[in-house]
Amino acid sequence: MSDKTPIKLVIDGKTCQVPAGTTILEAARSLDIHIPVICLHDATTAEGLCRQCVVEIDGWGRLAPSCITEVAEDMVVQTESERVVRSRRTILEMLNASVDLSQAEGLQNQIQRYKADLERFPGAKKRQHEVLDDNPFYVRDYSQCILCWRCVQACADDIQYTYALGLGGRGHDSKITTFFENPMPETTCVFCGNCVGVCPTNALQDKTEYLLEKGLQHDQIRARRRQERKDQRSK
Amino acid sequence: MAETQNTVRSTCPYCGVGCQVDLQVREDHIVRVDAPFDVAPNFGRLCSKGRYGMDFVHHPSRLTYPLIRKDLGSLPRKPVGLNGFRRASWDEALELAAAKLAGIIKEHGGNALGSFCSAKATNEDNYIFQKFIRGVVGTNNVDHCSRLCHAASVAGLQITIGSSAMSNSIAEMKDLDVLLITGSNTSETHPVISTFMREAIVKNGARLIVIDPRQIEMSQFAEHYLQLKSGTDVVMFQALAHVIVKEGLIDEVFIQQRVEGLEDYLPSLEEFTPEYAEDICGVPAEQIRQAARLYGNAKAAAIYWGMGISQSVHGTDNAISLANLALLTGNIGRPGTGLNPLRGQNNVQGTSDSGGLPDVFPGYQLVSDPAIREKFEKHWGTSLDPEPGLTTMEMVDAAESGAIKGYFVMGENPMMSEPDLIHARHVMEGLEFVLYQDIFMNETGEYADIILPAVSFAERDGSFTNSDRRVQLIRPAVTSPGEARPDWEILQDLARRVEEKLEVKHSIGFDFETPAQIWDEMAELTPPFQGITHERIQKENGVHWPCPTPDHPGTPYLFAESFPRGKGALTPLSYRPSQELPDDEYPLILSTGRVLYHWHGGTMTRRSKLDDIYPEALVEIHPADAQKIGIYTGDWVKVRSRRGEIEVKTLVTERSAPGMVFLPFHFVEAAANVLTQDARDPQAKIPDYKVCAVVVEKR
Repeated sequence: MSDKTPIKLVIDGKTCQVPAGTTILEAARSLDIHIPVICLHDATTAEGLCRQCVVEIDGWGRLAPSCITEVAEDMVVQTESERVVRSRRTILEMLNASVDLSQAEGLQNQIQRYKADLERFPGAKKRQHEVLDDNPFYVRDYSQCILCWRCVQACADDIQYTYALGLGGRGHDSKITTFFENPMPETTCVFCGNCVGVCPTNALQDKTEYLLEKGLQHDQIRARRRQERKDQRSK
Repeated sequence: MAETQNTVRSTCPYCGVGCQVDLQVREDHIVRVDAPFDVAPNFGRLCSKGRYGMDFVHHPSRLTYPLIRKDLGSLPRKPVGLNGFRRASWDEALELAAAKLAGIIKEHGGNALGSFCSAKATNEDNYIFQKFIRGVVGTNNVDHCSRLCHAASVAGLQITIGSSAMSNSIAEMKDLDVLLITGSNTSETHPVISTFMREAIVKNGARLIVIDPRQIEMSQFAEHYLQLKSGTDVVMFQALAHVIVKEGLIDEVFIQQRVEGLEDYLPSLEEFTPEYAEDICGVPAEQIRQAARLYGNAKAAAIYWGMGISQSVHGTDNAISLANLALLTGNIGRPGTGLNPLRGQNNVQGTSDSGGLPDVFPGYQLVSDPAIREKFEKHWGTSLDPEPGLTTMEMVDAAESGAIKGYFVMGENPMMSEPDLIHARHVMEGLEFVLYQDIFMNETGEYADIILPAVSFAERDGSFTNSDRRVQLIRPAVTSPGEARPDWEILQDLARRVEEKLEVKHSIGFDFETPAQIWDEMAELTPPFQGITHERIQKENGVHWPCPTPDHPGTPYLFAESFPRGKGALTPLSYRPSQELPDDEYPLILSTGRVLYHWHGGTMTRRSKLDDIYPEALVEIHPADAQKIGIYTGDWVKVRSRRGEIEVKTLVTERSAPGMVFLPFHFVEAAANVLTQDARDPQAKIPDYKVCAVVVEKR
């Protein structure tokens, strides 16, 4: 970043100059070109996990994740080339094949935009998890989790520095979890809900809202809370 | 509400961070709380209270219509629950309240009324409140809970620099290389600020000094954690200053340009050697030296403190000793650097700013200054008392002696938050008249003659001013329950009726139609607010005062050029031990405070799902002391002081030092303030909530 000479590059045919160290995604934003993202959030560190923000760069053999790729002099970037679009569509189709995306508003918009074929992988195994309802504030439904990592980042060094969440399991069984899969009240969790605030799919959901969606009325929710409290006490 | 689903931008009603929230409303209920990521001061972050503690708004025990005590007039008054009251119309309740107030004023004069405005209410409510008390009732006896919280910080900072607000904005923490946190359990009391502190430390490499008798969570992020004995703060900070002076770490240029009093100050440091401090504070001298070097060599350092500094019989001295450190090293007046008392309540800064104090009009303009008084007299069309009024605890004294006959309490719960509660309750019993205005019945309301139901933050317009002097808006999100009305409306209605009974009429009185109009009147009379309007706050999401003109950008950090008192005043101090120290009969020091999931007297959080995660009081005790008494976590114990006793469950933890116990003050069934003593700082009149002697016994 010590080099202050601006970098000139071309994105979708438009020329722009940005400071060295800027990512392609940020440079595109300055041209009002909004590259779609899944795992990236303004409040968390870009990790290049989901690869939805890939772009095609002239002379590069592979597609580049724009959220972590820095601009270079005279780069020529295409953000919606045929190859890019095919890649994005495939990512959405694969995610949909393994995860319940029905409540993920942002992803549903992208599925429409990229005309993703929701039946492309008909035999795929869906992630199936019980809804974890172990605290008064939020529920965790990892059937809806795309492992974007944002909640872990928010809990750790991007917002809260509390380190209650991490990754467990392997391969298809990978999931976000706590140490020893302990219920949240038995972890370092401080129930700030900043993880819920950055979750893109509703895998983490406010409990009141969850119960309302299950059809409970406010007084029923109150009664249920009272009961849960009693149960907790008698333990 | 017309829409069944909408989002309402507002300001969190809990602590002084003033987080911006997006209330998600469905069918007239707040179903979820989000935070906008692009707006200061919290940039999308929230804590458990802000995100999950808003459901108190919909609690079935909200006050929904005015109430009048059934055994009105019988003395001594006894605390009664809601069934001790009968429903009344607004007209009946307000007429009766006005008649009672006018009766006291006619018979005994305005000074026979004590009044408590509210650090939970808006700037506009508090402006109208003090206008009513000063202009109509005719007394300056108006105070609020900041007396019990940062009064000593205010007094100490007034003496040393002439101001009393946090000198920096929260966002400036990124500019720091050293942070000093003392007497603030930041991660529980100001959780969102603590996340920015941790970011400065973990991401930007800033270094942290924590000085606190409790091994609070922030100490895990500290390079130096100094576990001093409770009540030895002055010695600790003087010793830090001693090392800074002896090792030549003072900023001579800064002192020459901006500070006075060095000649008198330096000799006062002589006795405070690190070795002397080791004896008194129980912290190794070498550790004190290292911490002093770290702070003294910092390029940009800031001090953050909370109740541990101010709630002390020498709270003013504590605050002065911190200001001395900043003045010696020039760590004030540049981005990030400064002195930051973290304000507790959402609007404790604003309530003080709006004149909710006995000695000042809005904007800290002295009631004793004839020119200022004339300005307000002219504008309000009334004559005003030149004598400063009584502070919170002085009002208790005056009520006890009979000088004060009646209380008007708006949105506060002194019967949980005052020290030595048994005494405070006894005093309340003797009052002729108690008027109470709140959204819930609480321990104070139980003593009322008349209860006026107000609306919550989520049902109204107005402004709160957060800890870093940022004026922000609240907006109506849901319908208010029953006949509840906004505080400013109730106050205006009451004021007009009292005027009528007293047969006086103000030229500009109590006919405002919106909080924005009220703000405009206050701003007109208060130079640092003159550039701020509700419209501008709406547009800019918040404005930091001082902001004297419409084109002024606001002031995120203070004292860039000079201090309000001109030069900063280095102030010599001496050590005075705490009032009540442990002895054979009461061998432990009790400190009181807050926990993450609860708020003050518990009126709100104990009616929230937050209470599900932290449902009962726990007394923290060190394993060494627990072993001596023979108790384990979960055991019931009696905690007894010279004032009273409570029963509470035990939490054995190394967080509290040996010889010390800690109790949260949120729980009425184990009210910590039954035990605390009414020993006050002589200058700030703040009681000591952090040091009194108790004994813990098996039940």
